[in-house]
Amino acid sequence: MIASTALVILLPFAAAFAGFLFGPRLSRPLRNGPAVLACAPVAAAAVLAAVVAFAVWRTPGARTGTLSMIPTGGVDIAIGLQVDGLAALVGLMVCCVALAVQIYSIAYMAGDPRYSSYAAFVSLFTAAMLLVVYAGDLLLLYVGWEVMGVCSYFLIGHHWEDRANSRAAVKAFLVTRLGDVGFLLGIIVLGVGAGTFEIDGVLGRVGTLPDATVTAAALLLLAGVAGKSAQFPLHTWLPDAMAGPTPISALIHAATMVAAGIYVVARLYPAFLAAPAALTVLGLLAVISMVGAALAALAQDDLKRVLAYSTVSQLAVMAAGLAVGADTGAVFHLLTHGAFKALLFLAAGCVITVAGSNMLRDYGGLRQNMPLTFWSMTIGLAALAGVPPASGWLSKDAVIEGAQHTALHGGEIPGAAAWIVYLGLLATVALTAAYAMRAWLMTFFGEPRGSYEIREAPPLMSWPVAALAVPAAVLGFFGLGAAELRPHVGAALIGLVFLLLGGGAAFLVWNRDPALDPARVLGPARPAFARAFYVDEAYAYAVAAPIRALARRVVAFDTRGIDALAVGAARGTRRLSGPLRIPQNGNPQTYLTGLLAGVVIITAGVVIFL
Amino acid sequence: MHLAYPLVVAALLFSVGVYGVLARRNAILVLMSVELMLNAVNLNLVAFDVWLRDRLHGGQVLTLFTIVIAAAEIGLGLAIVLLVYRNRRMIDVDRLRELREDGTAPAPAPEPGTGSRTEEGAVR
Repeated sequence: MIASTALVILLPFAAAFAGFLFGPRLSRPLRNGPAVLACAPVAAAAVLAAVVAFAVWRTPGARTGTLSMIPTGGVDIAIGLQVDGLAALVGLMVCCVALAVQIYSIAYMAGDPRYSSYAAFVSLFTAAMLLVVYAGDLLLLYVGWEVMGVCSYFLIGHHWEDRANSRAAVKAFLVTRLGDVGFLLGIIVLGVGAGTFEIDGVLGRVGTLPDATVTAAALLLLAGVAGKSAQFPLHTWLPDAMAGPTPISALIHAATMVAAGIYVVARLYPAFLAAPAALTVLGLLAVISMVGAALAALAQDDLKRVLAYSTVSQLAVMAAGLAVGADTGAVFHLLTHGAFKALLFLAAGCVITVAGSNMLRDYGGLRQNMPLTFWSMTIGLAALAGVPPASGWLSKDAVIEGAQHTALHGGEIPGAAAWIVYLGLLATVALTAAYAMRAWLMTFFGEPRGSYEIREAPPLMSWPVAALAVPAAVLGFFGLGAAELRPHVGAALIGLVFLLLGGGAAFLVWNRDPALDPARVLGPARPAFARAFYVDEAYAYAVAAPIRALARRVVAFDTRGIDALAVGAARGTRRLSGPLRIPQNGNPQTYLTGLLAGVVIITAGVVIFL
Repeated sequence: MHLAYPLVVAALLFSVGVYGVLARRNAILVLMSVELMLNAVNLNLVAFDVWLRDRLHGGQVLTLFTIVIAAAEIGLGLAIVLLVYRNRRMIDVDRLRELREDGTAPAPAPEPGTGSRTEEGAVR
């Protein structure tokens, strides 16, 4: 059991290693060598993950296995894995999405000269995420967490020839790194406090720790979660990460990276439950993120950026679910979101490949000649907006019900915060429906606005999309097995009303003139929404500008102070040495005269004084 | 024989040699002066050998060595002088100042810094 779990992690890792080692040379014996090397191990890992998940489903309970302990002198680090229901499910989801992305990438990245390194990085990314999912030790989890960070950097900057892409990669790396500092500190606080880094041990001892320790650790962990899961105030990297190839966006947004943050909160949920302050902070940040990102998504011109902001918003829905105690619902939403967001990005990749543009204004009328993409995207957007009976509806509904329950009956977090979360969730439902409707209508309906030929994307691209449409549509029904995930009429009806409100408004605006962008009704607020409320600009003004000014001061001090000191010392020494250089006039006879005079003086000295 | 005579002669020879090395400008004459100094030493060696009645005649043997080495040295020195002459058409020791520090040339020096590469003889 644990051995096969380890294999699930090691297979993609080995694929990545081999990919880096052999690279494009693989394509000589076999034309699709790198592609096979990328896909086959992930496929095998997916099968193994399914086996593991099945075994956990048959006989529930956590299974742990420790390879060895690393003595550190303080708290030992365990190299061990832990599989429970949560890990098994998320691991399976990661493997499936990664497989779909790898297959899709074969066609999407065909002709890319660096395909083999790209595929290897995707494999490494997958392996790192699986390590996070299955890790039985906090520091082992952190290893996967950091490897993911660096992989995201390389993959977002895959087309580094364009300066904007490499800047986006650096931004993603730095912003997530900012959160990771807090995350590492949180792990250390938690681990040192509990006397062990093993997740089981830590969670078992949360009750005995002082409140201050748990709250500090939870808040520090939240910094890392906000960074990785792109929550306010560290969300700015995610929309810019759209610079990467579209399959990477799918991978980052659906299965890896952003899912890791929410997963970690779910994994360490008992620690967060013991720190209601941290949960309140999480809930409030989630409300800001979900409403703000949904408003921003409403005004984006770029299809991928619409999806990116929707990811921020949906992750905030999960975070809100965790904050109000609906952890099962949040994890359920993580799974369905993984399915439908991967579907949406891959379908968007099909649209972009066909249209040759990211911009919504260049699309229109794509539904006739791209039926597979159209229906897949329709399912995906329906799931995103939460239209019954698509998967997103059931999972989002579970979260909303949890929030409603906490708001009405009280829970871990203060009532006011719970009410804010609940109302924020409802507003998000309406906004999500509106922007999903807008993207759907502008892409597939109306008159074609571009001059390109509309045809279906290559089969290697459209089929993974179609395959992902199935879980995106029906994954929700698996939730009906759990009592806390079943929808109830009252809460579901309120959600539906908001859904119809948002979607209907977007449709009515669009219907007035299908050739125009429905976002025009936002009026003067539109630029603010499109720039995501100028958060980037605020950071540039509040953080980047002062640091640059400080750096300029430091440079000036360096040149005028420290450098001048060193240069001045050298110059002074040269000047002092000037008189000593005068005798060195190049005439050997002068030297010899000096030598002789010296000998005479020494001899005379010896004779006279000794 | 009294030891004083050869010693005085040797001292005179040595002094003449020192004067030649320090004061002559012609490199060949400088080399000849060096030979004078060497021979003054040779004279001392032989004189003391005789005066001390050394059974192994170490002084005389050493003199022979010195003569041989002096011959080799003068051959090498003359070869260098020959090469210098071929390159510069002059062998004045006090004008061969390529190795001096910049900025310490005598008053009529050309531009310091580039002067080290120019032919001094041609400049003057």
